[in-house]
Amino acid sequence: MMTLLLALRNLLRNRRRSLMTLFAMVIGAVTILLFGGYSRDITYGLQTGYVHRSGHLQIQHKDYFLYGTGNPGAFGIVGYRHVIDVIEHDPVLAPMLRVVTPTLSLGGIAGNFAASVSRTVIGTGVLVADQNRMLQWNDYHLRFDVRQAALTGTPDDAVVVGTGVARVLQLCKPLAVANCSQPDAKTSDGPGVPADIAALAAADAKPSAQVDSSEPRIELLAANVHGAPNVASLRVVKAVNQGIKEFDDIYVGLHLPQAQRLVYGADTPQSTAVVVQLEHTSQIAAARARLQELLATTLKDEPLEIQDFETLNPFYGQAIGMFAAIFGFMALLIGAIVLFTVSNTMSMAVVERTTEIGTLRAVGLRRSGIRRLFVCEGILLGLIGALVGVSTALALAWVINHSGLTWLPPGQVDRSPLTVRVWGETRMMLSAATGLILVAALSAWWPARRAAQMNIVDALRHV
Amino acid sequence: MEPVVLSHVSKTYHLDAVDVPALLDVNLEIRPNCFTVISGPSGSGKSTLLNMIGCIDQPDQGDVYIAGEAVRKLSDDALSDFRARHIGFIFQNFNLLPVLTVLENVEYPMLLSRVPSAERKRRATFLLEAVGLADRATNIPGQLSGGQRQRVAIARALAPAPSFVMADEPTANLDSQTGAAIIDLMRHMQRERQVSFVFSSHDPKVLAAADDAVKIRDGRIEKIERREERAKATA
Repeated sequence: MMTLLLALRNLLRNRRRSLMTLFAMVIGAVTILLFGGYSRDITYGLQTGYVHRSGHLQIQHKDYFLYGTGNPGAFGIVGYRHVIDVIEHDPVLAPMLRVVTPTLSLGGIAGNFAASVSRTVIGTGVLVADQNRMLQWNDYHLRFDVRQAALTGTPDDAVVVGTGVARVLQLCKPLAVANCSQPDAKTSDGPGVPADIAALAAADAKPSAQVDSSEPRIELLAANVHGAPNVASLRVVKAVNQGIKEFDDIYVGLHLPQAQRLVYGADTPQSTAVVVQLEHTSQIAAARARLQELLATTLKDEPLEIQDFETLNPFYGQAIGMFAAIFGFMALLIGAIVLFTVSNTMSMAVVERTTEIGTLRAVGLRRSGIRRLFVCEGILLGLIGALVGVSTALALAWVINHSGLTWLPPGQVDRSPLTVRVWGETRMMLSAATGLILVAALSAWWPARRAAQMNIVDALRHV
Repeated sequence: MEPVVLSHVSKTYHLDAVDVPALLDVNLEIRPNCFTVISGPSGSGKSTLLNMIGCIDQPDQGDVYIAGEAVRKLSDDALSDFRARHIGFIFQNFNLLPVLTVLENVEYPMLLSRVPSAERKRRATFLLEAVGLADRATNIPGQLSGGQRQRVAIARALAPAPSFVMADEPTANLDSQTGAAIIDLMRHMQRERQVSFVFSSHDPKVLAAADDAVKIRDGRIEKIERREERAKATA
């Protein structure tokens, strides 16, 4: 207790120096926490985006992820409805589930024959109602407007394309795509849909489908399950920027039944994945373990495997890794600055208090007592610095979060509010505070050791 | 209480390339419950001798025995504990801890010798009353005069109920009147508490108050005068 009292009073003794040291520590703590909060916010934002799109886990046909993306015929899940049924009714999984929905990915060629243009695309068939429920997932309470999927309320033959697809297929004007320049078009003098393609599309079309010639349409050509070409004439209802150009240039979103008709025709419809969105990301491990059990027992008839969203979206891990590296580098730099600042302060204190050290040793304080005294001063500095730093970071975070500033995150289309997630991040705050205290204690260790090693007589003679 | 015995103690300081002998084959017995003054010219080895007796320095040769035990054999921690329990220090520059109050300064050595809190407080208050500074208990040393600080230092030295109190020229930084008062106080405390006081001084008043006067020159004991011998010679 006396050591603590002595340490505290010694810190107050040279207020200006203690304040300068604290100032350096506070700046360090604030920098770490604000960047950590910013990085955390990006992590949660990216994760939310990916979980909206691909769920937390996907059950796929074995090897589909590595070899099957271009071949839904060979790598489809035949009994996907049974899989969904088993998952939804499993007593262990049920409390964790938010959405379980099938999707079908297919490769094909989309053509706007009126403009004599076509391009390869990746089509994704989804159940719109399920997609809309997935888009509402907000485990981290991010500030964004929940939007509905672009296919919401559209007829069965409707598709949504990426703005890149719209640009190449020269559909920008009818789809009113902003900032989309069109080349000198051969829009009106094209030969139109070849007769054989038109016949194939007409044969595939539902009898009830009404074709409005004023609507922008594409013909989507895909290989069916038997390897033969199949075509669907689809109305393009909207072009939506997908954020990443490579993806935006090939994206076609369509209703699942339409996608299934294109690939499987009259055969039993399949899906290439069963998407599982959980209530919380933290449940992934538990859900995955239970799904593995189910795949090995109830669902063992089909060779299936589980992929998580991090595997499905490698950019997520790369982005998190990059931020972690920057954060680590910053923390290291700040740690070094704090280390040298505290060390310098303590070294000066040792020199100034040499006679006192001699006196304390003479009256019977052990070397370890001297070490404890100076390390205690370092820890106190660290503790006060951490407390003030965390408080300041919380205040600044509040100001930033309420400033109304926005920014465009990588891979996103819409600007997001600029936020730093410090409030509620107890673990991050505790880690930063503990780190600061440890660095301060470590910085004080060497001067403390030097003080403890002093010869008593020399220390008492010090002027 | 057993005497402090110095047996063939030598100490040489190594300053850069020069060796400076401070004590040369010193044999001395400090009698218990006595007021022992070590005197001699500057550089004669007074302080070094005091440091040896106070166990804050170790001889190069020879041994210091306290309570029959060779100090050299004690580890640094054991020596620290020994000092905390058995030796009090009064310094020329008072050396009070500036961040502690007067009462806390007096309590501090007792804390090191693990005296319980209530007893510490009681004893410190009593000692401050004895040195006439009870009303200054909550002041910090910076708010006291030199004489008052030295009184606090005396109270601090006596606080752990030591066997010996070492005082290195305790009146050197005080005016003569205050110095005399401090000597009287130390003498009084020494008699009242049956403690051995050993200190270095040139002050004739201090020498006059001594039971044993040890004269040192060039690191060697020149003369030891016991009060009884002085009294006999005077008679």
